[in-house]
Amino acid sequence: MSSPSSNKVRARAPRLASALLIALALGAMIVPAQAETITVTIEKLVFSPADIKAKVGDTIEWVNKDVLAHTATVKGGWDVMIPAKKSASLVLKKAGAVEYYCRFHPNMKGNITVSP
Amino acid sequence: MAIRLTSVLAASCLFLASLPAFAADKPTDPQIAHIAYTAGVIDIDAAKQALKKAHNKDVKAFAEDMLRDHKAVNDQALALVKKLKVTPEDNATSEALTKAAKAEHAKLAKLSGAAFDKAYVANEVAYHKQVNGALKDLLIPSATNPELKDLLETGLKIFQGHEEHAEHVQSELK
Repeated sequence: MSSPSSNKVRARAPRLASALLIALALGAMIVPAQAETITVTIEKLVFSPADIKAKVGDTIEWVNKDVLAHTATVKGGWDVMIPAKKSASLVLKKAGAVEYYCRFHPNMKGNITVSP
Repeated sequence: MAIRLTSVLAASCLFLASLPAFAADKPTDPQIAHIAYTAGVIDIDAAKQALKKAHNKDVKAFAEDMLRDHKAVNDQALALVKKLKVTPEDNATSEALTKAAKAEHAKLAKLSGAAFDKAYVANEVAYHKQVNGALKDLLIPSATNPELKDLLETGLKIFQGHEEHAEHVQSELK
């Protein structure tokens, strides 16, 4: 035995499903690939991995395992302070290849290739 | 001309004389620990003097970096010798380093302003070069304990970074 209200629900179901399908399809077209977080570990004055490929909108997170403060610095560009035993992050906003280094220990170097 | 050349030679001899020679004998682990720790203390003291006297903001920032890094490394060294139950042992190299540092401190104390900045940074470049050379050629190869060797190797990387940083500050001062 079915009540009138449950009939109504059943009648609406196909419409809801197709609406959902359309939303999903549209969503897949409009929303770009999800931004990623890329982790770079700093240990004994080494950025690892030293070379990274990323996209605009991705986040780089530096995890500093040293007892020393470091920076990730691009000459004439961004400058991220990474305190001892802490993490710091940066959202990549510009496409292009950059070389970064640590201002305190300029012998530490890394590369990021950012694609649009 | 001859007189000027002689005085330049005399000045460079004085400069070289202020850098103590590292003893040629192979040091023991307790001696190496003492030398490494002493070298750190010397640079911490130099940084403290610079923080009081330096004029240029990059020189001050450099001195702050030296104070922070050398303290962090020396704290690790202390923790390691405690763990290994090693008592650092005073030796001729540590004594020579300390003696030379006292002379340098007195020399820098007489300077002020830009002259102090230049002299402090020049000494930091020379001092890190000297200590890094000793770490690479004598202290690291002589160390027998693997943990001590590892700490010295990390220390060398840090101090090579300081050497480059000091050279950069020096080039900006000119």
